[in-house]
Amino acid sequence: MQEKFEPKIVGFLCRWCAYTGADLAGTSRIKYPPNINPIRVNCTGRVDPTLVLKALASGADGVLIGGCHPGDCHYTNGNIKTLRRFKLLQNMLDQFGIEKERVRLEWVSASEGERYARVVESMTEEIRNLGPLNWKRKEMEVIA
Amino acid sequence: MPEKIGVYVCHCGTNIARTVDCKSVAEYASHLPNVAVARDYQYMCSDPGQEMIKKDIHELGLNRVVVASCSPLMHESTFRRAVSSAGVNPFLFQMANIREQCSWITENRELATNRAKAIIAGAVTRVSFNEPLEIKKVPVNPDVLIVGGGITGIEAGLQIADSGRKVWLVEKEPSIGGYMARFDKTFPTLDCAACILTPKMVSVGQHENIELLTYSDVIDFSGYVGNFTAKIRKRPRYVDEEKCNGCGQCEQKCPLSVPSEFDCNLGKRKAIYRPFPQAVPGTPVIDREHCLYFTKGACRVCEKFCPRGAIDFEQKERIVEVPVGTAIIATGFDVFDASRVKEYGYGRLPNVITSLEFERLTHASGPTAGKILLRNGKPPETVAIIHCVGSRDHNYNEYCSRVCCMYSLKTAHLVHEKTDAKVYEFYIDMRAFGKGYEEFYKRLLEEDVTFVRGRVAEVSEVAQNPSEKGKLVVVAEDTLLGIVRRIPVDMVILSLGLEPRKDALEVAHTFSISRSRDGFFLEKHPKLAPVSTAADGIFVAGTCQGPKDIPDSVAQGGAAAANVLSLIDRKEVELEPSIAIIDENVCSGCKICLGLCPYHAITFDEEKSVAVLTAALCKGCGVCVAACPSGAIEQQNFTNSQLLAEVEAVSA
Repeated sequence: MQEKFEPKIVGFLCRWCAYTGADLAGTSRIKYPPNINPIRVNCTGRVDPTLVLKALASGADGVLIGGCHPGDCHYTNGNIKTLRRFKLLQNMLDQFGIEKERVRLEWVSASEGERYARVVESMTEEIRNLGPLNWKRKEMEVIA
Repeated sequence: MPEKIGVYVCHCGTNIARTVDCKSVAEYASHLPNVAVARDYQYMCSDPGQEMIKKDIHELGLNRVVVASCSPLMHESTFRRAVSSAGVNPFLFQMANIREQCSWITENRELATNRAKAIIAGAVTRVSFNEPLEIKKVPVNPDVLIVGGGITGIEAGLQIADSGRKVWLVEKEPSIGGYMARFDKTFPTLDCAACILTPKMVSVGQHENIELLTYSDVIDFSGYVGNFTAKIRKRPRYVDEEKCNGCGQCEQKCPLSVPSEFDCNLGKRKAIYRPFPQAVPGTPVIDREHCLYFTKGACRVCEKFCPRGAIDFEQKERIVEVPVGTAIIATGFDVFDASRVKEYGYGRLPNVITSLEFERLTHASGPTAGKILLRNGKPPETVAIIHCVGSRDHNYNEYCSRVCCMYSLKTAHLVHEKTDAKVYEFYIDMRAFGKGYEEFYKRLLEEDVTFVRGRVAEVSEVAQNPSEKGKLVVVAEDTLLGIVRRIPVDMVILSLGLEPRKDALEVAHTFSISRSRDGFFLEKHPKLAPVSTAADGIFVAGTCQGPKDIPDSVAQGGAAAANVLSLIDRKEVELEPSIAIIDENVCSGCKICLGLCPYHAITFDEEKSVAVLTAALCKGCGVCVAACPSGAIEQQNFTNSQLLAEVEAVSA
């Protein structure tokens, strides 16, 4: 029998909201699929689209960018700048033939542990249904 | 020097070890590139745990360290100190969070163990790219800003001012005192609120180290720990505070009476007024909305009678900029709006009043001079007190407001003491948790108050039998008897819950602090850092952080003051060096970064045609780094190579 596919998701979480919210989910012992590898950044504004592409190219099946709700950004509006970049990134992913569900931008406040858990849960299930991305292998095949 | 990395996997007792196979994770880590040693241990944060790291640094010559344990928000500073004391730069340390975001989120041991391995692989790969950084120290401005002049802000202000530091106390209302100034007695001791509060208010007003700015608000707050600038708007009182001696002539002569907000609109005040006689400062304000001179263009009676020529109709609002090193937010609460609970009839049924209105009725200097009266001027024969209005209710607020049970008991006692009325209390659970509280409850049980355990369904004026005629009928299920009761009463007092202030979101934005799900300000840690916030140098105290009684508010005010004084006495604070740096040799001068920086930290050098960063203004968000098309900007401790390495490792 084929082993159940466990999606690999990379999470870029801002330290003020989403990362703290993710910590809260754990502290509150809220359960969600352990399929996300969190990477802490000061602000989602630091998330260069290159980082997202790097994750997908290195074997990740999906990427979550988690920031503060609009208006709550610790650095005034880094999250809004990310939102703008994200729209362009989505177009680019589309051109690459990557399903847009694989890369998500979500607002999670420091008190929304439950919400963070549900975001990761729904994202994991969605990607599980899409199947592995295998971008790395595909890329190698093209080169070969 | 070749990298020699030490990896330490913490069991955290069973917190991590229960779902993560720490032994196999350490074994896995020992085969990662450049790892010289990988160990697992019960409690890495303990002294023996930290000693283990130091010993390995000395004996094995480790030059980089990864600890896989809890969230970096918890112990990053602990381990940075440990490696630093063993001679390794603290930024050559990397933390891997395998507790909050790994072991605690699942019961699946296999998946959790795999996840922990990936997270550690990310940290180990990243740490090779970490660079030693210098922590910059900046001096702390010893002046303190306190926002809110209720009992919490007063307590904090006096503590700090008494130590010889300067305090800027900003209060929105014309007088300090907050809600406590409106209360009659305080539970469980039945101390007169004014008797214990007003001496403190006077001390604030006279303190040489307190700069009191009433009728003012903070409109902007910028800078960083130790070096903030507060922009404060002082609204015009139209009375010169320097000249006024508070004689009260103007109030007496003013021809216009309007409802007094301080008395919950039950009493009257003049258009030039002090909210209450003991107000601090004693200088009145002219209410521009109502004053006949401002509305109709004529009157100026107050000006004519003022013996000191203090009235100044030309006064303008002033903006004051104040440099401070720390700030305490003590903005307090709002009471729940009782008219939202339609079934209780507040606003529709005249003798349904709120607990705050009751405070004013029973207050000696209130609108009825302390008499508890119905709207028709007669004393009530029966009174019902309804607990949990706006609290413990999915429709409004889920939380318990913590003070209502106790002040409801006090209300019952005062009604009993001042009238012959029969008192009914409708409660869900009686929460008498503080010192002397349970004893007070016992006392009330003996004072012939009838306690009915059950949530009130409705307050109705529709009589079903002659005994209910002309009465308010309180309908509630008595859950102890298992029957529905209809109790006719003359007066209903709604015990209102506490809510975040209407402008809490605005205040949170001004000070860049977060709010919890209930809307109150979020503390750094609910148990271990109850008055700190995620923003260094900014503290919260009192009911703006969550419902609290007076003793707890005062305790928090004192705690915040101690936190502030400890920061001031350190004289210097360390700044996270995760700021941006621009390589002018790579910068193409496209100017994209200039418009992105929220702090105007980047300027343009026209001569060299490159962007230049002012380090002191940079807060390290990294927006410019991600945007630079030439890759000329890097963020220290979050460099592209560090992040790319981590991303690659966790994705593999």
